Amino acid sequence: MYSQQVLDHLENPRHVGEMADASARGMATNPVCGDLLHLYLKIDGGRIVGASFQAQGCPPTLAASSALTEIVIGLALAEARALAPPDVTRALGRLPRHKEHCSVLAIDALRAALADYPPGVV
Amino acid sequence: MPNEVQPAAPGVRRVYLDNSATTRVDDEVMQAMWPYFTEVYGNASSTHQWGQRAKQAVEEARRQVALLLNAQPPEVTFVSGGTEADNLAIKGVAQAQAGRGRHLVTSQIEHPAVLTTCGQLEREGWRVTYLPVYREGVVRLADVREALTDETVLITVMHANNEIGTVQPIREIGQLVKERRQAGQRHLHLHTDAVQSVGKVPVDVKDMGVDLLTLTAHKIHGPKGIGALYVRRGVRLQSQMHGGHHERDRRAGTESVPLIVGLGKAAELAREHLTERAGRMRELRDYLDAEVLRRVPGVARNGDPGRRLPHIANFNFDHVEGEGLQISLDLKGVAVSTGSACSSGSVEPSHVLLAIGLSRDTGHGSLRFSLSKDTTREEIDYVLETLPPLVEKLRRISPRAKKISNLESEISTPRV
Repeated sequence: MYSQQVLDHLENPRHVGEMADASARGMATNPVCGDLLHLYLKIDGGRIVGASFQAQGCPPTLAASSALTEIVIGLALAEARALAPPDVTRALGRLPRHKEHCSVLAIDALRAALADYPPGVV
Repeated sequence: MPNEVQPAAPGVRRVYLDNSATTRVDDEVMQAMWPYFTEVYGNASSTHQWGQRAKQAVEEARRQVALLLNAQPPEVTFVSGGTEADNLAIKGVAQAQAGRGRHLVTSQIEHPAVLTTCGQLEREGWRVTYLPVYREGVVRLADVREALTDETVLITVMHANNEIGTVQPIREIGQLVKERRQAGQRHLHLHTDAVQSVGKVPVDVKDMGVDLLTLTAHKIHGPKGIGALYVRRGVRLQSQMHGGHHERDRRAGTESVPLIVGLGKAAELAREHLTERAGRMRELRDYLDAEVLRRVPGVARNGDPGRRLPHIANFNFDHVEGEGLQISLDLKGVAVSTGSACSSGSVEPSHVLLAIGLSRDTGHGSLRFSLSKDTTREEIDYVLETLPPLVEKLRRISPRAKKISNLESEISTPRV
């Protein structure tokens, strides 16, 4: 049912946990199924140098969150802002059709975090 | 074989605890069926000896099923499985009694085979009352009594629930039906879906006072694709499948002789070994139950633990999504099922979990373990070693689980 990539992220989630000194944080929820994602970014010189997450939800949500942290580390802010849900899905190989919203949740959290940065600037 | 379950990685066992979904076909059942594919392959309706031998086998199986239920052989109708039996019972009685009334009573925790059939009748003009089951997951007799009207033609309440295992008071409902009938409401009928309870607890149609009862082979180590509907002598039923004069005109279609023989054999074995199998399953289930509660913090049982089938344990894990846990267990070789919505493609947790009062959030964290007669203590021990770290791992990821982690550190402190 799930791709090897999804199962691998479920078994070995990357970059788990709250980041005390995060430069930016973003949260996203799916009010329908209750899935929840907290994303933390460390930004230095216009580039994402660290990322971590906490999430509660189904395997694709955990996998999408975990994959997102891998994708964004090393990206310039402009590159990160250009990411879209299919970029996350691609990193997971594929998602069942009714699970594609899990990649949307991940990107929502990323956009929320980037909207929060730099702090105080609207 | 292309579809074979992949061999286990080193250190990983294979533990199948999803026997409420389906069971392994017993070797004895397999052997009993075999000749009816290749040797005794006649059509049971044919009058030559090929056909007559097939017919004898079908009638022997009918006797074996009747014996398991304390019924008479002519009261057993073979159908394709539980879903067809439920459809035939509900629509068959509703249509046959339509002139007497168009009201049905059922519960909120029925199998979809019952719920969607009732829903279809609602669209066709019947009225249906769905009884609540409360926190304990059990229908209350007072609610049944209150729901009945002069127009009620059928009560259909499952004998035991497939997700949480709670056994319903069918005998008491049967008594109530008997009283109503004696008072003149002769068109009132009682059907029970006993797919989960047959072979796990005694199922005696006379003692329960049911008019119709559904069972299926594949939950009792028989083959998939065959089941039976018990129809008490004298009950009028509108057939749902039209064709030849099979099964006393109740169900047209050439009898699947090998599968019927398999059901008969499985029923015979279930009857002979009921007490010993149920005792063993209950002991191991109670062990699993107690140890999960002891070893995993933030876990609760679903369904009244004192009124459950002997082979089902259903838990709710705080701050963990059921499917994540189910897939993680699968990766460790353990098969269980979850009532979490995500696994089924819908967004709501199962209707059973909602009916016992779980919220949309907590209902997502449920897991059902269902044992079989073949489950061993070593298998349960493997699950007990495997499960707690997986729950802990998923909670470490969860932003909601902080309180649980604190609780854990308190619990791990030795108590004086």
